[in-house]
Amino acid sequence: MSTRGACQTADLPLAGIRVTDFTLVWAGPFASMMLGDLGAEVIRVENIHHFPPSTRGVAPKPPPSYMNEAGGAMYPDREGGERPWNRCAVFNCSGRNKLSMTLNPRRPKGKQLFKKLVGISDIVIENNASGVMDRLGLGYRELKKIKPDLIMISMPAFGNSGPYKDLKGFGAVLESLIGHTYLRGYPDLDPTYAGNPVYHADAAAGASAAFAALVCLYHRHRCGEGQFVDLAQAETILAQLGDPIMEYTMNGLVQQPRGNRDSVPALQGCWRCRGEDKWINISVCTDEEWRGLCKAMGEPAWSKEQRFADSISRRYHQNELDDLIGEWTRRMDACELMDLLQRHVVPAGPVLNEALAFADPHLQARRYWVDIEHKEAGTHPYPGFLWHMSVTPPSVRKPSPCLGEHNGYVYRELLGLSRQEIDQLEKEGHIGYDYVG
Amino acid sequence: MCDLRVLDLTWYIAGPYCTKLLADYGAEVIKVERPGGGDPARRMGPFPNDEPHSEKSGLFLYLNTNKKSITINLKSTTGIELLGELVRKVDVLVENFAPRVMPSLGLSYHMLYKINPALVMVSISNFGQTGPYRDYKASELILYGMGGAMNATGTPDGGPLKLGGNVVQYQAGAVAAVATMGAILASHFRSVGQHVDVSIYETQMGSIDRRSTNLLSFAYSGTAPFTRYPMAGLFTLLPRGRYACKDGFIEFAGGGAQFWPRYVQMLGMPELLSDPRFSTLEERYRVEHLKELEAIVMAWLAEHTKQEVMEAAQAASVACAAVQTIADVVENPHFQDREFFVEIEHQMAGTFKYPGHPFRLEHGGGRIDSAAPMLGEHIEEVFCRQLGHRKEDLLRLRQTGVI
Repeated sequence: MSTRGACQTADLPLAGIRVTDFTLVWAGPFASMMLGDLGAEVIRVENIHHFPPSTRGVAPKPPPSYMNEAGGAMYPDREGGERPWNRCAVFNCSGRNKLSMTLNPRRPKGKQLFKKLVGISDIVIENNASGVMDRLGLGYRELKKIKPDLIMISMPAFGNSGPYKDLKGFGAVLESLIGHTYLRGYPDLDPTYAGNPVYHADAAAGASAAFAALVCLYHRHRCGEGQFVDLAQAETILAQLGDPIMEYTMNGLVQQPRGNRDSVPALQGCWRCRGEDKWINISVCTDEEWRGLCKAMGEPAWSKEQRFADSISRRYHQNELDDLIGEWTRRMDACELMDLLQRHVVPAGPVLNEALAFADPHLQARRYWVDIEHKEAGTHPYPGFLWHMSVTPPSVRKPSPCLGEHNGYVYRELLGLSRQEIDQLEKEGHIGYDYVG
Repeated sequence: MCDLRVLDLTWYIAGPYCTKLLADYGAEVIKVERPGGGDPARRMGPFPNDEPHSEKSGLFLYLNTNKKSITINLKSTTGIELLGELVRKVDVLVENFAPRVMPSLGLSYHMLYKINPALVMVSISNFGQTGPYRDYKASELILYGMGGAMNATGTPDGGPLKLGGNVVQYQAGAVAAVATMGAILASHFRSVGQHVDVSIYETQMGSIDRRSTNLLSFAYSGTAPFTRYPMAGLFTLLPRGRYACKDGFIEFAGGGAQFWPRYVQMLGMPELLSDPRFSTLEERYRVEHLKELEAIVMAWLAEHTKQEVMEAAQAASVACAAVQTIADVVENPHFQDREFFVEIEHQMAGTFKYPGHPFRLEHGGGRIDSAAPMLGEHIEEVFCRQLGHRKEDLLRLRQTGVI
C-alpha cells in the first residue's frame, strides 16, 4: 500500500462489514445509506405483513385519485405499477447499495431468522418507537447473546429513556418540541406562519447515527468489544443548535424568529427575481461586499444616501433596503444574478427548485447526479454522494432494492438454508415479494 | 478513540463541529489558530452579559470542547515547517479554508502526502474543491437556498424561509465526521491515506429532509410532492399545523380517518360523535364543517396551556407537541432526565450549561470534561512535550511572530 497514485482505488472502507437494517421512514434509512456508501453490506429486514409508515410510500397500493395529488409525484410517471412500493421515490432516494430480505419478526421462526442474520452481522441499526425491539424479543440484551461484540444503534425520536420516550408523532411535532419550529419563523409573525413543517431532525439524526456506528467500529477494532447506542433523534438536532442554546444558558435570552436574517451579516435576505417563484439569497457583511453590491446594481443614487453609509446604519434601515434591492432583483434572472454578484465578490445564490438543481452547471461539473437503472422504476438521475474520496470513492454498486429482492442470496448463501426450507418459509409467509393484507 | 490524533485547521462552524465530534468521542484534537486573533468564531456571540471577549464566545466555547489550542502563523516558512512536524504525527487533518488557501500555503494534499502517506486529509468547503463555484462566497442562508429544500419552505405569501440557527453548517460538519471516520477506518483496516472533499452544498442536496425525495420525484414524474403550498387534503382534513393556545402555540400532525375519535377524546366532547355536522366521513370532509371543527378546537385551545394540550393529546394518541422556545427545551424534564445538557466550567468565561453529546457511548467514547481551550493554551504541551522543542525555542518563535 505504500506506493500508489492518486487515481488508484482500494477496497471501500467498510468492505466486509455487514449491517442488519431494521429502519423506517427517513432518519434510519439515511444513516444506513451512508454505511452502504462506505462499502458495508446493508441488509434491510422487511415484513410483508406490515407496511411501515412513510417508508415505501403512504400505502402499499395508493388509490388512483392519490396519483393525481401531490403524493403521486413520488412514482415514475405517476404510475404505481404492479408493485408501487418498489417504485416510490421516498424509499428509492436512500435505497442505493442496500439489499432487501423479508421475514415476519412477530412469529417465532421470524425471530429465529432475524437472530441468525444478526449472528453474521457487525451492526444492527433501527429507528422504531422505543420499546418495539424489546417487545419483539429482539432487544440488545437478546441479540448480544448471539453476537457478543454486536454494535446496535437504536434511534427512536426521543431516545430509550425519559418522560417523552413513548411520545407519539414524529417529524413535524419533534421539530416543534425541540425549539426549531419556533426559531425558523418570520420575525413579525407568530409561529402559525412558519409554513409547512421541515424535517431537519431526520438529517441530523441520520448523520449522527452513521457516525455513532463508525465510532463503535473503531472501538471494536481496537478493543474487541461492541456496544449499544441509545440515540435520541431530538438530541442530535439540539446538538446543532449550539448558538441559540448558549445564548439562553449564558444570558437567559430566548432567541426570537429572525426570518431570513442573521446575527452576523448586516444585510441579508431572500429577494424575488424574474419568473415564477424565483428567488435569490444575498448576504452582505463587509463594506467591500456592500460596495460590490452597489456596483452590480449600477450605483443607484439611493445607495449613496447617508442612511446606508455603514453596516450599522444599513442594519437599522434594512426594511427600506429590502424594498429598494427587491425593485432591482425582480427584473433579474436568479442564476445570472448569482454570477453577476459573485463577480463583484458579493455572497449570493439562487433558491434552487428541483429543475434548477438538476440543471446546475457546478453539480454537473462535479458529476454529482448519478444515473441509476432500477428494474421496476426505470432509469433516472438520482441525488449523488455526500462526499468525495480520492482513493475509496463511493459508487452505486446496487440500485434501491425491491421488497424481498435478495431473499435468495440471504437465505441460501448467507444463512445456508436448503431449497425445501426456503419453500417452507415462503409458504409460511416469511419470504415474499408483495405486501399481504 | 483516545489513540486517534487529529490536526484541526478549521474555523467558524462546519469544520469545528466535525472536529468537536471527534474530540468529544475521545480523539486528541490539536486546533491550530492564527496568532493574535485565533478562530474568528471567538469574536462571534453570544457573550456573557453581551460583553465581547475572545475567550468568552458561547459559539466558540461550544464548538471547541475537548480540543487543544496552539497558534502557528501559516504564512511563515518556520510556521509551515512546524505544521509539517505535526502532520507527521497525526492520523487526520481537517480544514475548512476556502479551497485556494491550502495549496497557496504549500499545504495541498499532494504535499502533505509526501510527509505522511497514511494521512487522512478532510477538506470541508462551501462548494467543494472543484467546479465552477469553487471560489464563490456563501453563507448559511445561501447554502440552504441552493442545496436544501428552501424552495419548499415558508408560506406562499412570505416566500422561502431559512432554517433556525446555523444548522446547515452543523449538518455539514456532522456529515464530514461520517466521511472522516470512514476514511480513518480505511486507513486503519487497509493502510490507505486519502483526501476527502466535502461540499456543504452537496451535503444539503443529498439530505434526507425531503430534499432528496423531492429531487427524485421530480426526476420520476416532473413534479415535487412537497411545496410551499399547504399540504391539506393530502392525508388529512383534521386540524393540522400550528395553533395558538392559552400560553403559547402547539402543533398537530393531523391524521387519517382513525384519528377522528381520538380528537374527540382529546377535546373531551363525546357529543361531537353524534353531531350531524361530523357524524360521517363525508360530512367531516365538507370545507364548512372542517372550519367549524377548527373553530371548536381553537376555542378549546384558548382555554388550555400547551402542557395541558400535550397531555390530553398524548392520552388520546393524537400526534401533537408544544411549540417550545429554547428556554422551554433547556428546562424540559425529558432532557433533564436524560442529562442531555451538561455544565462546563471555563476558567475565564465561567460555568454554563452546554448542549451535550448527540449520543452517549458506554465504551470508547469521551465525555465533555474539558472546556474549550484559550488561544494558544497548549503551545508548550504540544511543541515541547510532543514535538521535543526547547522552551527557549518557543520564546524565539513568539518573538518572530511564528506562534
